[in-house]
Amino acid sequence: MSVKVLLPNAFQKHTNGAKEINSEAANLPALVSDIETHFPALKQHLRDGNGKLRQFINFYVNDEDIRFLGNETYAFKDGDEVLVIPSIAGGCCPHGDMRFEQKGPAGICACCSYCGQEECTCD
Amino acid sequence: MANYWLQCRDCGKKFENRPLSMCDECFSPLEVAYDLESAPIRDTFTREAIGRGPQNMWRYRAMLPVAADYIPTTPSGFTPLLSTPRLGKRIGARNLYVKNDAVCLPTLSFKDRVVSVALANAVSFGFDTVGCSSTGNLANAVAAQAARLGLKTYILVPADLEAAKILNTQIYGARLVRIDGNYDHVNRLSSQIAERYNWGFVNVNLRPYYAEGSKTVGYEIAEQLGWRLPDNVVVPMAGGSLITKIRKAFNELIALGLVTDKNVRFFGAQATGCSPIAQAVKRGTETIDPQRPNTIARSLAIGNPADGPYALRAIRESGGWAEDVSDVELVSGIQELAETEGIFTETAGGVTTAVTARLYADGRIQPDELTVACITGNGLKTTDALAGQYAVEDAIRPRMADFEAYVTANEATVEDLAQLVGAEPAL
Repeated sequence: MSVKVLLPNAFQKHTNGAKEINSEAANLPALVSDIETHFPALKQHLRDGNGKLRQFINFYVNDEDIRFLGNETYAFKDGDEVLVIPSIAGGCCPHGDMRFEQKGPAGICACCSYCGQEECTCD
Repeated sequence: MANYWLQCRDCGKKFENRPLSMCDECFSPLEVAYDLESAPIRDTFTREAIGRGPQNMWRYRAMLPVAADYIPTTPSGFTPLLSTPRLGKRIGARNLYVKNDAVCLPTLSFKDRVVSVALANAVSFGFDTVGCSSTGNLANAVAAQAARLGLKTYILVPADLEAAKILNTQIYGARLVRIDGNYDHVNRLSSQIAERYNWGFVNVNLRPYYAEGSKTVGYEIAEQLGWRLPDNVVVPMAGGSLITKIRKAFNELIALGLVTDKNVRFFGAQATGCSPIAQAVKRGTETIDPQRPNTIARSLAIGNPADGPYALRAIRESGGWAEDVSDVELVSGIQELAETEGIFTETAGGVTTAVTARLYADGRIQPDELTVACITGNGLKTTDALAGQYAVEDAIRPRMADFEAYVTANEATVEDLAQLVGAEPAL
């Protein structure tokens, strides 16, 4: 049994750039422990002073908020995709230029940031 | 060197100005903090200097996060603050005002304020494309102001949005993406998009700047009351940002000496079909349980409110309360405000009006307390909510006899109704 866990950009500073892991965790508490085992540096950022998971971190299982599925009691199923998204995430790069940093030799269009296409669709 | 910066709302870590919404240490939201001792604020955020400013929200620019040389392009804000004697008589209020952002320019909701500040920053950060996740009003505001600034847009909305709010986005040439899901799905996708693309999402990576625009509602209330704070404010809650920012505005005015210190009580208004914050207030819990929205008040239909914990705190700390009303009650609220004060508000305003009435009825607000209810959007955008409320009558012939017969028939109906209802209760 394995689930794929996708981590937000905001975590990457504490995960040496890792964006996803596979986990054998059976439920959410086990998954959080597993993430902390993979990335010890992340632990102090995931929990508050009382050891409680910080309130602005949300977990989604196959697009559904895990709190609608029973939260800590939800049993992960093989192949579940778990998204970790802070409530107000996005834009962790100083100038939001992540997409351009990733541009390979083949090149994603850089005429502007609008079309977001491999092949430019802008005028 | 700017006299403002980003700061984590929980751990206090400071960040230089950039498109960033979240602390990299504790993953809590960031907000803009100011050096209140700095010359621009000390010298130009005074009653006199503000009074000499333009008749729009930019009269408060010294306490908004824009560059010193920024030239505003859209005169949003400075909407009417109206006393409401006729509504007051109906609901048992003697000192009630409505802050009427149903007529905020350019797109008839308070979102014009936040977008003005967000897009000023989008331009200064060098974005050529902006976007948002929206329940409608924000979509309209981003589309219109982006058109004026020549910015390209990607605007994401839930697929079931009101037709008027979709048209009022598309008319400005915006690229509107309908998402098969509710606002919370749209918002989650927006977070992922903002990490992937080099765009300025006004309520994601530009959120700290965007949210500051809401403060101008609070500044205006204080100034329009003659530089004093009200006893109570009733505010609709979707993501929960507005109520916290009005409070921030009042606290800043107190800190800078523009008004006398006073504890203003904050009351939150939600529709029962999407009331995660109101339920938490009523239960007395610290945590907010997400909900799957089911209400015609679509502009308030956010089941997982990003600023919910802070809204909860603002209400509790101030000694306020939160209430929620049904879809039937909110429609009555829309009609009541229109019939008594000539203000046609959207569904969210119906929620605010109906909740305000209940707060008086329950004795949570006393009749003589100075109270301001915040109306945040225009009724022309949500006419679907009134479908079936007004029958189309048969036309009469253009003859005096027909008209007299019509008047006689209708007068009778009005008198019959008056007898049925009985005398109006005295205050």
